[in-house]
Amino acid sequence: MAIRRGRGVAAINYPTGMNLGGDPTQALVHSTPTGNFMVTLSSVDLGQGMKQIMAQICAETIGVPTDRVVVDTADTDTGPHCMGTFASRGTHRAGNAVIQAAREARQVMLEVAAEELEVNASDLETDGQGNILVKGAPQKSISIFDVALSAHFKRGRSISGRGMFLIPRSYPEKETGAMKPSTCYAHACTVAEVEVDDETGEVTVLTVKNVFEIGRALNPKMVEQQLVGGSWMGISHALYETTEPYYPNRDHGGTDFNQYLMPGPGDLAETEIIVLERPSADGPYGAKGPGEMCANPQIPAVANAVFDAVGVRIDTLPITPERVLRALKAQAAN
Amino acid sequence: MAKIPVQFTLNGSEKAEFIDSGTTLLQALRDKIGDTSPKGGCHQGTCGACSVIIDGELRLSCLTLAETCNGATITTTSGLAEGGVLHPLQRAFLDTFATQCGFCTPGMIMAAKALLDHTPNPSRDEVVEALSGNICRCTGYEPIIQAVLTAARANSQNAA
Repeated sequence: MAIRRGRGVAAINYPTGMNLGGDPTQALVHSTPTGNFMVTLSSVDLGQGMKQIMAQICAETIGVPTDRVVVDTADTDTGPHCMGTFASRGTHRAGNAVIQAAREARQVMLEVAAEELEVNASDLETDGQGNILVKGAPQKSISIFDVALSAHFKRGRSISGRGMFLIPRSYPEKETGAMKPSTCYAHACTVAEVEVDDETGEVTVLTVKNVFEIGRALNPKMVEQQLVGGSWMGISHALYETTEPYYPNRDHGGTDFNQYLMPGPGDLAETEIIVLERPSADGPYGAKGPGEMCANPQIPAVANAVFDAVGVRIDTLPITPERVLRALKAQAAN
Repeated sequence: MAKIPVQFTLNGSEKAEFIDSGTTLLQALRDKIGDTSPKGGCHQGTCGACSVIIDGELRLSCLTLAETCNGATITTTSGLAEGGVLHPLQRAFLDTFATQCGFCTPGMIMAAKALLDHTPNPSRDEVVEALSGNICRCTGYEPIIQAVLTAARANSQNAA
């Protein structure tokens, strides 16, 4: 009886969004009378930071500082339609919709500014600080604040735009069954090192080294945060979490936090995160969906590491001491 | 049933309420007084989201009867900022991105405060021990551990 070490590797392709009948998200953008911008969505921020990212995307597209943008995701009854925040689709689908809406609003904003400055709208640019300048003659300028006032009180214009991002439904080809159920694949690879106690069946993850290819990281600190937390959750899925330990029998399922196990702060693996940025062609400013993917590659990597350590293939999650011991017993019997 | 009078000091101000017998401190704080910074996660003492500091000790407000708090001094996360300036722990949680959905954050901050009040320069193991009664779903804990260590360093630099 001994503690045995093993190392496992796993790599994944991860699709952004889904396609069970079309995958739409819509967005509306409008300016307030004082030149702040409002993004209206039904997409929900679960804490992953969607509001921050949508504010950044809107601000970048219109050409104002991020703090001039307010994102309202309040109500699916009243907001523009969104399929929902799942399948890692929030940044990609809602982000593309916000870009469309913000472009349309920016165009109106530039048209009003052009009337005020008596120039052609195509000769105008934004400085990112809340001003609109004539290209090549920046001394001729107007603040977005004044443009919004003019639009509202003088010119009767609505500085607003509509965003309608839709991945159309994909039907399988009759001959081959091939279809395109999702778009914009992100990628990840994890190497996990484990110790397996072949007497108790207990698996300890010592280190996880993760590489994530996620398109462009629109907010690098929030991406890192998502990936670190996701890596922990991947280990949690691999070794701890289940509502139905004897699926499909519900008996012995956890009913509360006493029984639904997750690794605590004392059970952390040494975690390394590397982000590769390969901007995607159809992503908002090159972004893909890193959301759920961040918790996926650790699971097969840990299973492979267990195999490397003690030579048994556990193909049911989570990899509990009981399952390891049963597999070791079966292995010894053969 | 007759209401029970209870008086305590919450974040420096006197509070007096009539409560039903059996009311938890968590219910009294959230529903009677309106301090919603302690969160009700499990209501059975396993998640730590409702943690508060009572007379200098970390307590689970979901398992504490309000009527036992007569005369006590209670601190919650909403009492930490002074004059609009965030407490060093709150600052550190922001700076190290130690919060995502935020539901565990007030409990984590109170657990960390209780640690730093007793042990201003904790080791990593002491931080882990202090946070071990609090569940987080989002962060993987490491950013929270870093936040507490960062706040401890900031405190010791201010003291020096």
